[in-house]
Amino acid sequence: MIKTIEVQKSFGSSLAVDRVSFEVKKGEVLGFLGPNGAGKSTTMRMITGFLPLSGGKIIIGGYDIEEQPLQAKRLMGYLPENAPAYTDMPVLSFLQFIAKIRGLRGSDVDAAVEKAIATCHLEKVRYQIIDTLSKGYLHRVCFAQAILHDPPVLILDEPTDGLDPNQKHEMRELIKEMGKQKAIIVSTHILEEVEAICTRVIIIDQGKLVFNGSPDELLAQSPQAGLVHLRVQGRKIEELRTKLQELPSLGNVSINEGKDGSLTATLTAKSDKKLSAAKVAKLMQEANWDFDELYTGKGRLDEVFRRITSLDSAEEVKK
Amino acid sequence: MRNTMIIAKRELGSYFASPVAYVFLVIFLLLTGFFTFMMGHFFLRNEASLLSFFVWHPWLYMLLVPAVGMRLWSEELRMGTVELLFTMPITPSQAIWGKFLAGWAFLGLALLLTLPMVFTVYYLGEPDGGPIFTGYIGSFLMAGAYLAISGMTSACTRNQVISFITSVVICLLLVLAGYPPVTNILLKWGAPNSLVEFAAGLSIVFHFESMQRGVLDLRDLVYFCSLIAFAIFTTGVVLKSRRA
Repeated sequence: MIKTIEVQKSFGSSLAVDRVSFEVKKGEVLGFLGPNGAGKSTTMRMITGFLPLSGGKIIIGGYDIEEQPLQAKRLMGYLPENAPAYTDMPVLSFLQFIAKIRGLRGSDVDAAVEKAIATCHLEKVRYQIIDTLSKGYLHRVCFAQAILHDPPVLILDEPTDGLDPNQKHEMRELIKEMGKQKAIIVSTHILEEVEAICTRVIIIDQGKLVFNGSPDELLAQSPQAGLVHLRVQGRKIEELRTKLQELPSLGNVSINEGKDGSLTATLTAKSDKKLSAAKVAKLMQEANWDFDELYTGKGRLDEVFRRITSLDSAEEVKK
Repeated sequence: MRNTMIIAKRELGSYFASPVAYVFLVIFLLLTGFFTFMMGHFFLRNEASLLSFFVWHPWLYMLLVPAVGMRLWSEELRMGTVELLFTMPITPSQAIWGKFLAGWAFLGLALLLTLPMVFTVYYLGEPDGGPIFTGYIGSFLMAGAYLAISGMTSACTRNQVISFITSVVICLLLVLAGYPPVTNILLKWGAPNSLVEFAAGLSIVFHFESMQRGVLDLRDLVYFCSLIAFAIFTTGVVLKSRRA
């Protein structure tokens, strides 16, 4: 549904977005990550046709955003950053205005507005002036505006920004649900959100695409990923180490002693082998050892994010 | 056309959602009354005409119309709603015309509310209807030209004060262009006569005057319409370049 090809954007002499290409299909929720100022919002503004492109192409449902902007824009709903709205209008009138400008007519306008109000739980504030709404409600009004015409493509720039934990949860559920039938791009810098709702992740840093894959693939890049953690009670460090050496695929072991006398071992595999919690469990069972804790580390997104996006660490890796 | 009307309707509604519209209407009517009767010596003239009413319009509009036009785009830029507007399936010119027409309709309403002035002269005497009719048309066109200029300066900045001051200055230049102080300066600088005449020809007052006298000259209509068209076109260019 959404296809960007070598998209470029320059402001004066600085390149804000540098040859970014990706694709989002129907049924996908794409998480759009990057540090502040990386070019996320700029890219989204180009996709929605607000900013003209300096180079490349963007195709929305078969329509080029620059050549057939009206057809392309009809397919999209857009929640801009900071949720702008005509603050002097009541919620209902604002949504009716958007519905009309989206091309709905007559009874379709009211039907669409009522549906959006119900979806976003705006019943209580429907006659309230937008200016007087709390930030959470304002965000939901702007989200309602984006889904009003049931578009097949949704572009959401930080949709959970400023919401309380309950509202965040609700918004995520809503996006996940809608993601089944639509192509959605969500920008965020809340990393748990990516795991919670996205089927795919792209990361851009300083205008360049630095990662494009599933959240699991992203996690796998973490040095923590694949590590097996084991905690046992009432054993000696050496005793545990010798026992673990029996694992053929074992690479390194580091063992820490806790305050309560328990031992925590972190196991890595040999570079060409695989190590799993199941293998360790089997070993423990055969030896008839009890253990308190045994799991395979999933990796941490914030760690991967830092590794991928910060220049300094990238240079360190090269050295 | 439908989209332009939807935009215009919303814009016009937003005038009346705040006290702005009412304050403007009241002040406009008070000032036109004051200038007509006190400054223009309506009764001393002892003639049934609206000359002392229309003659102040170029000056009155110079201050009041930018107050209507200054928020036209500045507000959208400041609130970020311009991002909503330009990602809707409408063309930029539909949005620009829609907002302009809303402001113009509002100024037209203000002008309509001065109709009691017309009833007054008809009550007091037997005025010539022609100059009154063309005077109103001229005044409306002039308001449109001022508004288009304010809209243009408003597209340049998200600061309404800057927008207001710039458009007052541009309108002032347009008013003064035909007056001796400006033409004399040009002559002193040794500008050729044709240039001086051209500058004088740009004067709003010059084009409005003939309409006050009851002359509906095609050249005056073309002047006002091209002024509006130019300012609207420039608004489009400015808004586009802001995004590039």
